[in-house]
Amino acid sequence: MNETQKPRAPGRFAGAWDSDIAYSFRHSPVAVVAAVVSLIIILAAVFAPLIAPYDPFNPASLNLMDGFTPPMEPNAFTGNVYWLGTDNQGRDVFSTILYGARISLFVGFAAVLFAMTLGITLGLIAGYRGGWVDSLLMRVADVQLTFPSILLALLIFGVARGFIPPAYREIMAIWVLIVAIGLSDWVQYARVVRGATMVEKNKEYVQAARVIGAHPVKILLRHILPNVMGPVLVIATIGLALAIIAEATLSFLGVGVPPTQPSLGTLIRIGQQYLFSGEWWILLFPSITLLALALAVNLLGDWLRDALNPRLR
Amino acid sequence: MSINLNQTGLRARLMLGAAAVALAFAGAANAETLRWARVGDALTLDPHSQNEGPTHTLNHHIYETLVGRSVDGTLTPRLATEWGISEEDDTIWEFKIREGVTFHDGTAMTAEDVVFSLDRARTPPSGMSALHAAVEEVTAVDDTTVHVRLSGPAPLYVQNLTNTFIMSKAWAEENGVETAPNFAAGEEAYSVRNTNGTGPYMLVERDPEVRTVLQVFDGHWGDAPAVTEIIYTPISEAATRVAALLSGEVDVVQDVPVQDIARLEQTDGIKVVRGPENRNIFFSYDMTSDKLATSDAEDNPFAKPEVREAMALSLDRNAIRQVVMRGESQPSAAPLPPFVNGWTEEMDAFGEPDYARAAELVAEAGYPNGFTVDLNCPNDRYLNDEAICQALVGMLARANIRVNLVSQTRSLHFPLIENWDTDFYMLGWGVPTFDSQYVFDFLVHTREGSYGSFNGTRYSNPELDAKIESIATMTDLDARDAVIAEIWEQVMEDRIFLNVHNQMLAYAMRDGITLDVHPENQPHMTTVTFD
Repeated sequence: MNETQKPRAPGRFAGAWDSDIAYSFRHSPVAVVAAVVSLIIILAAVFAPLIAPYDPFNPASLNLMDGFTPPMEPNAFTGNVYWLGTDNQGRDVFSTILYGARISLFVGFAAVLFAMTLGITLGLIAGYRGGWVDSLLMRVADVQLTFPSILLALLIFGVARGFIPPAYREIMAIWVLIVAIGLSDWVQYARVVRGATMVEKNKEYVQAARVIGAHPVKILLRHILPNVMGPVLVIATIGLALAIIAEATLSFLGVGVPPTQPSLGTLIRIGQQYLFSGEWWILLFPSITLLALALAVNLLGDWLRDALNPRLR
Repeated sequence: MSINLNQTGLRARLMLGAAAVALAFAGAANAETLRWARVGDALTLDPHSQNEGPTHTLNHHIYETLVGRSVDGTLTPRLATEWGISEEDDTIWEFKIREGVTFHDGTAMTAEDVVFSLDRARTPPSGMSALHAAVEEVTAVDDTTVHVRLSGPAPLYVQNLTNTFIMSKAWAEENGVETAPNFAAGEEAYSVRNTNGTGPYMLVERDPEVRTVLQVFDGHWGDAPAVTEIIYTPISEAATRVAALLSGEVDVVQDVPVQDIARLEQTDGIKVVRGPENRNIFFSYDMTSDKLATSDAEDNPFAKPEVREAMALSLDRNAIRQVVMRGESQPSAAPLPPFVNGWTEEMDAFGEPDYARAAELVAEAGYPNGFTVDLNCPNDRYLNDEAICQALVGMLARANIRVNLVSQTRSLHFPLIENWDTDFYMLGWGVPTFDSQYVFDFLVHTREGSYGSFNGTRYSNPELDAKIESIATMTDLDARDAVIAEIWEQVMEDRIFLNVHNQMLAYAMRDGITLDVHPENQPHMTTVTFD
């Protein structure tokens, strides 16, 4: 398998960037399609202000009379035509999807990053120290696992809002959402990292590092962490899909971002109200986008899991 | 093992499902159970704690008032058989109390219970106290006669009694609920979830926001209603509510989303009845404080007449009617519906929006870069309330007023107004007395004692307060109407309210049920008939 174009990176993540991965990726059509779809949506979201024909988050640009315009048909009052139609406030559905995906992806990435940092830190400590620290952290994790994560996120969201003064609530809403989703998802990372750490810490290289007097923090970060990152990356990828869905769920329930700055979940909530009255496009297009995004990221995670599993090679 | 367990579980569920289907069919065959869905639940079952439409609507089935209001707007006898101003003293209203009425616990209702209930209702923190602000004393003359003495002659006082329920004195004392719990402070009391009224239905099951079951009360004095059991289910999602009716899960949907009226009218087996509601929807703002809590302005922009005028110029009522309400509303600038004494056609008139002029006015008021403010909006109270608020956000943005929309459920929204925790809010006001005084007492009069409990504007005008108090006891109705007109003129000039429209009602139900639209949106299920 000498198909690698670049020399093997000597860095600490060498294992993850092994040429086997690149080979497996090229030979998995599902992974390629999933990656392309994810990339298109992510790029479209990042460059939304350049691509989108309208700015749906600027209320001054909206004309209520444009509301409920069907896709590719002129509006009955204003005569304006929109590719994917408009929603109940006269927002262009296409532009709103791009801006909404931006919020969904930002919340998703930030929540995963938060959960990952918290989970890895606590997992490393629990696995390396063992004893009562381990017991305490893992019992907390067990208790948290007994609650459905969306319920927990709702609880955290509600409590956090209570502490924030009303004037800052709307500005802080998105950060509260990130913390709420992140806090409800750290357990998986902590458990995986703890298990791997317990295996790694008894290996010779760790013992050698300990013998030469390396500081425990250095051992954890420089020696153990790179060797437990593989499974963490798999969980993070699948976790991203879950976080995007969690954000959509919370926004669908009306507790997420403000309705004037809709994410994909908010759009679906709005569209769902017009299901019976025939305005199908408000619901359909955001739903397809969310479905495509979540599915693509999930398939990527699945592929990564198989590719990193030596027993499946 | 686990497979076996699963099978048993499945079978049990199937059997439960079959039982539920059988029960549903049994109900339909007898045509006695009415499954009634609307957008939200009663906020409390306490008879006097909160003055709010859906709360009264449910309570009217359990408790009764002295006088009732029929669908044509006239007063009807209920627990009072006769009423009138005393011949000896024109400051006294005399009520003849119906004999042979019993509470749900079996005890007889007496004049003492009526006295107790009226006293409880007029004592803050009762939500009903503004309706009885002019009452000085309530006494039982004998077992069947009650005298209400007012601070002066009040020819219209009886109109204020259509939502004041009568409860048992002994029961209230036994359970420690002699005074109404303070709703705005979130006070919990026995009477919030338990009831003992004289109404046609008894409370059987109460699960707030989920399900309330009422059973017909055999000891009721009136004719036995066709509906013997009511299952009341709040369903806040519009599409879910309509789906419940389409699938036969409920029989009557009270709050039909405007976008679904056409579809429901075309559906076989479903009919829709429509009519105007005695309720107007408006925005209001803190126009008195020195600084707003949620604004980046150094002072209070709403205190400036230019800003209030700019907002009036930005509101495109016809667009809201056309798009948000799909034609199902009466746009109007008057902060009162045409049902109400004091309304004139001139008050309804409004012009086309002028955003350029509005932005100019905002700049002239001292905000060349505009200002920000939060708008508090309910999302489960009025027809398309959140969508109306969102539309306003877009319209005000063109006038350089940047609004953050905060929409939430009504049990969180209303206390904001009652506790002065909002700068800018939406409110809908129904007028059960059909008289302007009700609007003035609750919304315009300075907040003090029984007055102004929903005056979220902090507006305070001593001259107006004196006029408002005077009309409660004026006997010359022409002179009284003149004073009402004067008060409205001042209110309109000061732009206390930014009125959007009057609501139109639509009830949807399965064929075979007859229920008329009630102008106060308070349908009585005793009036339901089955074909």
